[in-house]
Amino acid sequence: MIIYDFLFGPFVDFSFMRRALAGSIALSFGAAPIGVFMMLRRMSLMGDAMAHAILPGAAVGFLLFGLQILPMGIGGMIAGLFVAVAAGLVARGTVLKEDASLAAFYLISLSLGVLIVSMKGSSIDLMHVLFGSVLAVDDNALLVLGGASTISIVVLAVILRPLIAECVDPVFLAAVKGPGAVVHIVFLGLVVLNLVAGFQALGTLLAVGMMILPAAAARFWARRLEGLIAVAVGVAMLSCYVGLLLSYHMNLASGPAITLSAGAAYLVSIFIGRAGGVLWKPPPHKHRAA
Amino acid sequence: MQKRQAPPIRFADVTLGYDGHPAVHHLRGEIASGSMTAVVGPNGSGKSTLIKGIVGLLQPIDGHIDIEGLDRSQISYLPQQANIDRSFPISVVEMVSLGLWPRRGMFGSVTAADKEQVADAIATVGLTGFEARTLDTLSGGQLQRVLFARVLVQDSPLILLDEPFTAIDTSTANHLMDLIERWHDENRTVVAVLHDLDLARERFPQTLLMAREPIAWGASKEVLTPANLLRLRSMSESWDDTAPWCERAAG
Repeated sequence: MIIYDFLFGPFVDFSFMRRALAGSIALSFGAAPIGVFMMLRRMSLMGDAMAHAILPGAAVGFLLFGLQILPMGIGGMIAGLFVAVAAGLVARGTVLKEDASLAAFYLISLSLGVLIVSMKGSSIDLMHVLFGSVLAVDDNALLVLGGASTISIVVLAVILRPLIAECVDPVFLAAVKGPGAVVHIVFLGLVVLNLVAGFQALGTLLAVGMMILPAAAARFWARRLEGLIAVAVGVAMLSCYVGLLLSYHMNLASGPAITLSAGAAYLVSIFIGRAGGVLWKPPPHKHRAA
Repeated sequence: MQKRQAPPIRFADVTLGYDGHPAVHHLRGEIASGSMTAVVGPNGSGKSTLIKGIVGLLQPIDGHIDIEGLDRSQISYLPQQANIDRSFPISVVEMVSLGLWPRRGMFGSVTAADKEQVADAIATVGLTGFEARTLDTLSGGQLQRVLFARVLVQDSPLILLDEPFTAIDTSTANHLMDLIERWHDENRTVVAVLHDLDLARERFPQTLLMAREPIAWGASKEVLTPANLLRLRSMSESWDDTAPWCERAAG
């Protein structure tokens, strides 16, 4: 009974915990597969940059409508897409590479965002935007989280074939006149969508954690794409559950607790993961027959 | 036998390059339908750029390349291995199946006949048993066989190969060379960028010897002469940001 109370009590007794769990699990279904593709495309740090880039849009939404998910989300989407497209255009049209171009835009974006929030709100508001509050997920936020995940899964299914081709052999896809550029932009749109969905729960700074940490952990458990996605979604969901539980019992901030749980899964996977974990490396001076 | 035949490739005073610098400069001429041509020249002589121009990956700065009646998306193009991300977890059979793209596109379902064609292509390049292997477990030669299998699946009348024998062993090269000759026998047009002069001389009927501009173009034995190769060596690659604008008008 004590174990039951510990593991399930908070979710049975409190609707805000159930909402938080439902919202964060919905987020897992959308964000984790996107994170797998970001990792495979070596865009993990780009996700971090994009997470900062959505801040001014969210801040303008906050400035005009207060702490409401929809206006802040729409503002974040616009800012994120603007930065992604602008960075891409500068990278293609000038000598600057995409990483430097993106870094420049996101730094401008981040400072603009902090400036806008500080003009109106208190430091508590700023903390809320930066670090989120999954325990304050309301009906609107649940709809946004569920909607974003649904859109992500459907769009990912639609673009899966060219997205894989674009990842493995972009020159081939361009040669057969495949929609490489369109797929890249749509994929960036999905990244931004999931970051925006995630910032209500986890904050702008930690939203990317639900994408990258489960994907990085999955890399130590699966070798094939479908396996990586399945493990990443599983790790993300488990992290949400464990994180919320720790948050409740230990009175921790929920966003960092969830992200740290995913981080713990990643650290453990480095050692015990069956697909490349340190403990499963062949012993020194030993080799297989074939 | 091949049902469709590729139209000739016509270079109408074409200049291809990067940032306003020519890599292929005022090229005129024609690659005949059903021919088999080696494009030979030192590094930086514009060979790969020419292939990218034909396939449509690079738009000409000046002039144009005509392949009338053939949609560029129908061209089979074997890129250099450096363009491929081998760490992406995709299997041999999935990689070869990418060759179905011109026919199936984004949403077309893969039929039983398609699967059979992919299996045949894998068998033809000698990779039966490797279907489920991921690309990161293959050697350079095995990956090159995979790329050849993808070309087989594309089943195009025009095949462009960019350095198909770089960093692979003699036995693999011979096997793949036999495949190229089979394509030629089927009246497909084959253009291959090569570094091996002996291979070009012995196995390719036509050679285009390039150093940004054609040094010689025609029957391989007449093109790959000591005199032409000496001329080739005297041509040097240049990239000069202060060079004046080329005044030669495209004809």
